[in-house]
Amino acid sequence: MIDGAPDLLLDATGVAKHYGAVVALRSASLAVRRGEVHALMGANGAGKSTLVKILTGGVHPDRGTIVVRGKPFVSRSPAEARRGGIVSVYQEPALIPDLDVRANLRLTQSPVEATRHWLAELGLPDLDLADLVRDLPLATLRIIDLARALAIEPDVLLLDEMTAALPANLTERVLEVVARQRGTSRSVIFISHRMIEIAAVCDRATVLREGETVGVVDVTAGSEHRIVALMLGDMAGDLSAHVADVAASPSRPAGATPRLSARALSSGTKLTDVSFDLYPGEVLGVVALEGQGQDELFDILSGSERPGGGDLLVDGAAVSFRHPADAIRAGLVYIPADRAEALLMQRSVRENIALPFTARIGAWGPIDVRSERIKVDAAIATLQIDTRAASEVRRLSGGNQQKVTIARWVAGGVQTMLCFDPTRGIDIGTKQQIYQLLRDLANAGAAVLLYTSELKEIQLACDRAIVIFRGRVVAEIPVADADEPTLLRAAYDLRPDAVMPEVIAAETVAAEIRDSGTTPVATETGSAGTR
Amino acid sequence: MTATSGVIGRRDSALETALGLVRRNGWTLALVGLLVTFLAITKLLNPNYGPAGIQGLAISILPIAFAAVAQAIVVISGGIDLSVGSMMALASVTSAVLMKDQGDLFGVAVVVAVLLLGLAVGAINGALVVVTRVPDIVVTLAMSFVWAGTALLILNTPGGGAAPWLMEIISGPLGNPWLPKALVVLAVVVVVVWLPLRRSTLGLSLYAVGSSPLAAFRSGVAVAPTKIVAYALTGFFAALGGLALTATGGVGAPVPGSYTLQSVAAIVLGGVSLAGGRGGVLGPIIAVIILALVRTDLFFAGVDPNWSTAIQGAILIGVVMFGSLVAMRRMRA
Repeated sequence: MIDGAPDLLLDATGVAKHYGAVVALRSASLAVRRGEVHALMGANGAGKSTLVKILTGGVHPDRGTIVVRGKPFVSRSPAEARRGGIVSVYQEPALIPDLDVRANLRLTQSPVEATRHWLAELGLPDLDLADLVRDLPLATLRIIDLARALAIEPDVLLLDEMTAALPANLTERVLEVVARQRGTSRSVIFISHRMIEIAAVCDRATVLREGETVGVVDVTAGSEHRIVALMLGDMAGDLSAHVADVAASPSRPAGATPRLSARALSSGTKLTDVSFDLYPGEVLGVVALEGQGQDELFDILSGSERPGGGDLLVDGAAVSFRHPADAIRAGLVYIPADRAEALLMQRSVRENIALPFTARIGAWGPIDVRSERIKVDAAIATLQIDTRAASEVRRLSGGNQQKVTIARWVAGGVQTMLCFDPTRGIDIGTKQQIYQLLRDLANAGAAVLLYTSELKEIQLACDRAIVIFRGRVVAEIPVADADEPTLLRAAYDLRPDAVMPEVIAAETVAAEIRDSGTTPVATETGSAGTR
Repeated sequence: MTATSGVIGRRDSALETALGLVRRNGWTLALVGLLVTFLAITKLLNPNYGPAGIQGLAISILPIAFAAVAQAIVVISGGIDLSVGSMMALASVTSAVLMKDQGDLFGVAVVVAVLLLGLAVGAINGALVVVTRVPDIVVTLAMSFVWAGTALLILNTPGGGAAPWLMEIISGPLGNPWLPKALVVLAVVVVVVWLPLRRSTLGLSLYAVGSSPLAAFRSGVAVAPTKIVAYALTGFFAALGGLALTATGGVGAPVPGSYTLQSVAAIVLGGVSLAGGRGGVLGPIIAVIILALVRTDLFFAGVDPNWSTAIQGAILIGVVMFGSLVAMRRMRA
């Protein structure tokens, strides 16, 4: 690392961006030295993705200055960003599906030989450049994207979740190549949810919270906990979050049959091994960082996707869903985060609520309007849905729309409810009502699985929580211990006994790069339960 | 690396390269097979079918073949143009009015001017789509009325005239009686204009924008200008279609025929994906010939012409469905 006067390759100060009244970025700064690998960290909603979009040219900041190699960086498109010295590798590959690899390189004027060289370095020496991008697996595409970016030799290379969806052997190669950029004349901005990778390849980390840069940390052994503390801010020490009325729910009798059991579920590269039991009368929380396999898990449970492997049991009997209708018949109903996925936006509240129990095939005749009205009215009353704009669901507020998606299942009687971030983007009052409704459903004997991106919801609504990391359940935490710091540490898999292939890979790299690291990682996550 | 070599595989044998080429152009090759089949059926139904028939066929398909190329370009770039027929009418009347009773040299100038007009008219379509953000299907439908009206203002009944050389270059054979000049003109124009374009960065950008606008943007492609260029090229080929109408008829045709919908039918049959990014211009041209042969065959077989239109439609659905089934099976394998 370069000492003395910091030789800054990229210097962003006071960068701000708001969308209408919503402040996405208050005042972010980021200083990247020549020849360093710099981590950009932040929890959901901290403004990280907005800052990335500004650096990649997708979004123009309202305020602030960005300087790359001493020149002001102004960009309105990725092409301009590239001319300004910043090349990005996105989470979704920026490759044209209907062109072959060679044509894709030509499109971006990337040197073919240099790209080939980096492909070989990254573990794909045999890639046929005449292959159509559409026909290649996702992991290969991400490697091609990275090789192409390296071949361009930008001043600053921005890698956004580069190792997500990569198998362990390719992850190892990528980390090696990234680590080799240290000490060169170029720099890397490295974004990853995996703390172990940050520790392995990064020199420093900039932490964002609520749209502001709250700290820059030298990455050394044990600095993970300091980074998490910065990400959490004040709430790290705040353990007084009020626990839900869990005490009221009796502990389940020994030998009870789980309503829903997952056994070693897997799907593609995202979901590798998920097992859990969901009992009647409980709300089970699911906690995961973005893209750890939770989307795939809920797709499988709701019948939208078929699992690659593993078993699913409902009331102790194995089931196999070919269609969401199969899951619904088995009593599993799904509440997605995006209301538009569930509702008929142009139709009335009444029709939306009535649809699930009138849409049975074989009942195409006239609808029994009277019994429908009774059920619908009951559901509207239970959920306190504001029906002033009932003729078209799209005119309701987000909170009321979400209540309709829940009401449509409650009206028919619910056994198992799968909720995927149901409170995303809705107001606090409605959130409270939804937590209460989930608790009421559980108290009435239903089983509820609740994935949430807001960690504090776990203690407000759940009986216990499981934590998924890289497609596996890595922790099960009783609600009393499930405060935000504990959950966040578990979500980053910061536990001393976690041994997984990619961890070993990352550690191998770390050992090669760094001779220090004698300080043992503090075992602060003792509250994490058993696997 | 050992684990990935299975995923990527090594393909260095010439045989596999050839197989890959066949697989990638499978649809076009299948169309060639279909074309040969229909030619054979034509010969069976009418043993007298010979050079004269082929020449008639080549001349009759020339305008619609240009229309299909025009439509293919804009659809490949992710758009659609419902004003192709109207632009053809506009080009046809403009050329006929200007060329009537004028010398050869002036006729050449008119052809150049009409092609430039086509580029401009197409660029207007494209700019409207890009700037107003009104869906392309709406913009070009509206503009089809505008261009059709303009054509009628210029010439309200068929009239005007074509330069003799213009009619000469598409009629009759070139050397071998089996080789109609009209087909040669089509081939030369496509080879001279489309092939270099396709190999250029602009051509790549057309496919990129149609295939994935977001990935194209992130790859540094200027998406909006590329779309406007695609529409301008469509206007250019529609103008060629209009010139072909004037040349085959000898007069300007102010009322657009059913060329727009026929061009859409031809590109769909020709293997261009309506979702954009896939296909070429050879497939649509072959598809135009096939659709014309179907009409000829049904005529020779004594089928009521009204029925033959319905049968053409059924063939279109059948062939495209069959193609999708084959593609789906290949994906599963």
